[in-house]
Amino acid sequence: MAQLAYKVEEQAEKTALITGSEAIAVACQLADVDVITAYPIRPYDTVMQYVAKLVSNGLMDCDYIVAESEHSQFEIVKHASAVGARVFCGSSGVGWMYAMEALTVTPALRIPMVAMVGNRALDDPGAFGVEHNDALTVRDLGWLLVWVDNAQEALDTALIAYRTAEDRRVFLPCAISCDGAFLTHSQAMVKIPTREKVEKFLPRYNRGDLLLHPDNPITVAPQANEDWLMEIRRQNGAAMERAPQVLREAYADFARIFGRDYANPFFEEYLTEDAEIVLVGMGTLSNPVKVALRQLRREGQKVGFVRLRWFRPFPAEELARCLSRFWAVGVIDRDFSFGSPYMSGVLATEVRTAMYSAEHPAVVPVLGFICGLGGREVTVPGVRQMAELTSNAAAGQHYARTQWIGLRE
Amino acid sequence: MGRLFAVEIVYRGIFQKTLATRISRGIVLAAHHEGKPGISFGRYGDSPERNGIPAKSFAIVATDEETLEEGKARYEPREVDITIAVDDTLCKGVESWAWYGLQPINRLLKPGGTLICTSVQPPETIIPMTHRKDHPYTLTVLKAAPSFSGLWVYKDDHTDVRILGVIARVLPELFSLESVSKAILEEWADPLKVTSAERAHERVTTVTVDPSQGNPEAPYQFALPKWQEMREGVAIPCIPEGQAMEDPVSHAAGGFQPQRNPTFKKFSTRTMRPVVDFSTCIKCTLCWLQCPDSCFDVTPDNLYDANMQACCGCGVCEAVCPVPNCVTMVNEAHFHDNASQWAAWKQNPEQYKAWLLDTIKDHPERSHGFRYRGQYEEQTPEMRADKEAA
Repeated sequence: MAQLAYKVEEQAEKTALITGSEAIAVACQLADVDVITAYPIRPYDTVMQYVAKLVSNGLMDCDYIVAESEHSQFEIVKHASAVGARVFCGSSGVGWMYAMEALTVTPALRIPMVAMVGNRALDDPGAFGVEHNDALTVRDLGWLLVWVDNAQEALDTALIAYRTAEDRRVFLPCAISCDGAFLTHSQAMVKIPTREKVEKFLPRYNRGDLLLHPDNPITVAPQANEDWLMEIRRQNGAAMERAPQVLREAYADFARIFGRDYANPFFEEYLTEDAEIVLVGMGTLSNPVKVALRQLRREGQKVGFVRLRWFRPFPAEELARCLSRFWAVGVIDRDFSFGSPYMSGVLATEVRTAMYSAEHPAVVPVLGFICGLGGREVTVPGVRQMAELTSNAAAGQHYARTQWIGLRE
Repeated sequence: MGRLFAVEIVYRGIFQKTLATRISRGIVLAAHHEGKPGISFGRYGDSPERNGIPAKSFAIVATDEETLEEGKARYEPREVDITIAVDDTLCKGVESWAWYGLQPINRLLKPGGTLICTSVQPPETIIPMTHRKDHPYTLTVLKAAPSFSGLWVYKDDHTDVRILGVIARVLPELFSLESVSKAILEEWADPLKVTSAERAHERVTTVTVDPSQGNPEAPYQFALPKWQEMREGVAIPCIPEGQAMEDPVSHAAGGFQPQRNPTFKKFSTRTMRPVVDFSTCIKCTLCWLQCPDSCFDVTPDNLYDANMQACCGCGVCEAVCPVPNCVTMVNEAHFHDNASQWAAWKQNPEQYKAWLLDTIKDHPERSHGFRYRGQYEEQTPEMRADKEAA
């Protein structure tokens, strides 16, 4: 238990060896979250276990409720948030799916819930490993969706998520995706900021005229018909349209207060400056990709990498502008979308859409790669293979629009 | 360019659902015999139906398939040739549980269209209940009590085919009586129903209603806000708390009148209303306690005044009242407004008592529904005559 003993009240920044899940639990502690609900499913359960420890050790003051299912878990925090509580929740894989009804109602009610998705393959079969399809199921519903690739970024992004979700211009739920195993179960050194700084960065949650309270008598979610729903949806859309600006402000303030500057909030560029081709992906696959890219550089091949953080709102214009500089783009999907255009993964389809409809669309080959499903490792040789296929396409060779990498065949 | 016909059947939810569906199907089937394609559907927003809450069923028929498309993929037609009210009390207005505000029964009626109403009342009683229309229309009254025919505990009283017979009379361009007869035999295989349709075809009362006639009250109006004007988060203000009532004579304040939903009145569900004798009330509170719609206002003198904007006419108050003739349910067609009975009683107790005794003197039984064979003949002399002729 020694590793749990640091206190956030301390004035100086501390460093702790914790997992990505634990980093998010620490962010909840720093953000002074009021209500946390839990229901175990691997790999998300790492965060609930850590919250439980923080609460039982007296290091965190919150209502910690273990629900009887994921559906109740998300409903409880939805209601707690409606009455003004800062809330946290989370799940994985089919647990996230079981909560789906509650997940769909949350954005329309403008509940700024922050949730952690420990990315896990959907059943069947019951694989524990990472796939991104679980979190992606809410991509059309009004959830802010972000992927991180290390524990420090997980902590920082959780604080940014609260700040953005609870901004009155947004008021939408936010899910932070952490790759199962590689991030949720892997400990790394993480800088824990002081609560004083966090308070400077993160204002109190103020629900304003939407607060469900006897002094503000309102009815939330009455039955509404076709006379109302389009307007409600449009309001949701407008909130999502305002989110990029709120995110920019949050990242700028974060850099100012905590001294960690993520530069572009929406995606990280690696070795792209003089690159000829580029790979695109989300989450911890960034690690083998970066290793492979450094090898390729030594061999004289100019390959770059773009790691997308914010999938919703999708930074279409910025990303299209960035990717249009290259001769070919290879998109690595740790997910699938059977029957989608060109049988691609979700990210490849989104990237193609963003590029096709850009202000100055560049007609460059966009290759889709499906790999690392069910937690299978994305390997350095696999990345080299994807880079080679993308280079060949850039050189004008015929290419398949979607290919499975690391598949036994 | 073909012609599109639209007919709506306005009915009491659940109780008359089968009846309305039969009429609407019968229209499409009869038109089919003349080579006219058609569709039949219930208003989506009414489903799931609630007991007695006004609901609608539609039959859309066209001279050709392409014209029919103009009437498809809609919740309700923009305008109708015929509106059918299978309960005359629906003429006071139609408020669906999922629809905004009270709508006049004749709202969708085209200029020169026909309102067919089944009623034992003469047109002179029905017209004042009905909202005014800015163009003339026809009112056709088919003698009949509000039919529950088709509700599974009630037997068939032929209201469905009688209405089909009347349609062939008022809109022969839609279909002929012959086509109605063919459709009836095909759908129900009952020659007696053909006879009923033919009789009704011959025996209706028809008058023209001009814009100066009818209820002058402006029907409920509501402007839908733009999306930027709506509060976010699917949140709306609660109904505020209530307030004290004021005695119309002494102006003393007291009691309690709850605030009610200003956009959903509920009273169009009512087919009978309670008439209260305040002089015999023992203030036992039972009506106030048991009313499922909290429709009783508490007066400054601690009496209980059934608020006619909120009363659904369920009759629970009459059932629980321990005092004979203190609460009596009376058919809604007897009343012309929703004014407070208590205020009328306070202003002139003697006059109120006389009105009350006159109103309840028949000690009316339940005015809705077909409960035994021969009941309608008892209630409507025309039907008795039909039976004797047969």
